[in-house]
Parts: sequence; structure tokens; C-alpha cells
Amino acid sequence: MSQVTTATPEIEIPSIPLRELAPWALFFGLIGAFILFFISADQGAVSIPAGTAIHEWVHDGRHLLGFPCH
Amino acid sequence: MTPRNFLVRGLLAGLIAGILTFAVAYIAGEPSVDAAIKVESAGETPHAHGQSAPATHGGDHHDENGTVVSRQNQSTWGLATATISTGVAFGGIVALAAAFALGRIGRLRPSQSTALVAALGFVSVALVPFIKYPATPPAVGNADTIGSRTTQYFVMLAISVLAMIAAVLLFRKLLDRFGTYTAVLTSAAAYLAVVILAGALMPTVNEIGDFPGDTLWYFRRGSLMTLATLWGVIGIALTGLIGKLYVQESATQARRDLAASL
Repeated sequence: MSQVTTATPEIEIPSIPLRELAPWALFFGLIGAFILFFISADQGAVSIPAGTAIHEWVHDGRHLLGFPCH
Repeated sequence: MTPRNFLVRGLLAGLIAGILTFAVAYIAGEPSVDAAIKVESAGETPHAHGQSAPATHGGDHHDENGTVVSRQNQSTWGLATATISTGVAFGGIVALAAAFALGRIGRLRPSQSTALVAALGFVSVALVPFIKYPATPPAVGNADTIGSRTTQYFVMLAISVLAMIAAVLLFRKLLDRFGTYTAVLTSAAAYLAVVILAGALMPTVNEIGDFPGDTLWYFRRGSLMTLATLWGVIGIALTGLIGKLYVQESATQARRDLAASL
């Protein structure tokens, strides 16, 4: 992955090593997936917690953002 | 250029995108959501096998055990919650993907690789799944099949995103040997081949019944505008912010190099 871009002298393109990026990607990836789950799918096919409050609250957004709602 | 710099800018871009997406969804999408709910509550539940289990949604008129959220709240605060949360989540994810792509896609400069990541994200996360499983308004869709439809939607989404990642990796492999033109053409064709095959093999969902065709189209057009706004604004805002960051950091670096050379 560390294909260090042998740059022409005038433009040197930086690159972020995977070791630096991985913890951020993992942590925010999990948070992002969590948020998207509650907005997109919760209390439709799967319900955590049980009920319909989240589904009802984000109902219009779920339809308009293209997720299967009900 | 650190992961933190990218993430912070991605969250900001996502926040802006979420707010603008709310405006577009409210103006372009809500009228047809309301029209669809009118169809639904008129009792003409158009799906073929549906009337046994009325879906628990769609407003203050019917729900047997669920929480009641008024249409007024659903179309304003509820919609804003959904668009802003989704915007911030996708903004952060796109930013970290752009951080990974930085300096790893040919000779693209930071703003260019960031714009490319956002564009490919729109195609693979929003557009392609939409083409196979388009958004459905309230009153379309049988409550009994929500499980299978949700699974199918997310399987299609996963195939599309994984195929896009594979296509970009393929592009990197081909770039040095065959040049940009052939590498782009081959990897784009490979992505299309995978999603078209997947689309052909995945089951078709048709629960439209006799739902009015014009309302369906207005809803889907509004939904597509909503998604395009979300991804478009994330891409535009993040590209601008990363471009500016790169200029600043290059200038700092140039000053440092000059100072060191003295």
C-alpha cells in the first residue's frame, strides 16, 4: 500500500500511512454504521429497542433517502 | 494532512449537506409523501395482499401499539433528524475514505482524489442501489415483506460498494502498465459488469399495485434529488475544505524548507 508517489519535484502528493489512519477509520466507521442503522433500518426489519418511536420520528427521511421503510 | 484534519472537515461538510438536504427533501419530497399518505389513508391500500396488517407508520391516524408522531413533526424535525444524522455519518465516512485515497490514486491532487471519492460514493452507495431498489413512498410496500426487502436492499448496497472498492484497486493495478485511459475504462466496465449481473440476479420487488403512477414518479424524483443533494454537497464542501487545507500546508512546508535551506 505504501506506494510512495515518486513525485516530480514541483508537486509532491502527501499520503497518510495506514497505521495512522486505521484507528480513526475503525472508530468512526463503527459510529457511522451505528447512526446509519438507527436512521435507515431500526424498528423496521429489526427492532432495538422494541417499539416504533425511532421509526416514526425518522419516517419521512427514511422514505426520501431511499431506505426500505415498511 | 492527518486523519483528524480529514474527519473534522468531513463532519462539517456532512452537517452542511444534511441541512441543505433537509431543505431539498422538504420542498421536493414532502408534497408527494403527503399525497402518498392520502392514498394510504383513503383505505385503498393498493398492495396485493396487504390489508390484513396495516403498517404502523405514516402519521397520526392509525397505529395500534406504536408511538404517535404527528405529520407536522415527521415532515420537519423528524426529517431534519434523519437528513442531518445521515449527512454527518456519510460526511465522516467519505472524509476518511478520502484520507485513505490521498496520494494513492494515480497522481491526483488531494482535492481531486477527494472529489473522486465522493463521486464514486454517490454512484455506489446511493445511485446504483436506487436503480435496483428505488425508494418507495408510504402506501407502497407490503409490511409483511419489510424483512426481505431490507435484506435485499442492503445486500445490493454491499455488492455495489465492494465492487466499487475492487474496481478502484483494479484501476491502481492497471494504471502503470496500461495508462489512465485503459485503466479507467477497464475498471469502470468491471464495476458495471458486477452490479448489472447482481441486479439481474437479485429478486425484483413490485408491490406497487394500483398506486398512482404520477405520485410514484414525483416521489422518486424527489428522493433522487434528496440523495443527490446529500452526496453532492458533501463532495463539494469537502473538496473545497481539503483543497484549502492542502494549499495552507504546502505553503507552511515551503516556508519550512526555505528556512532550513538558509
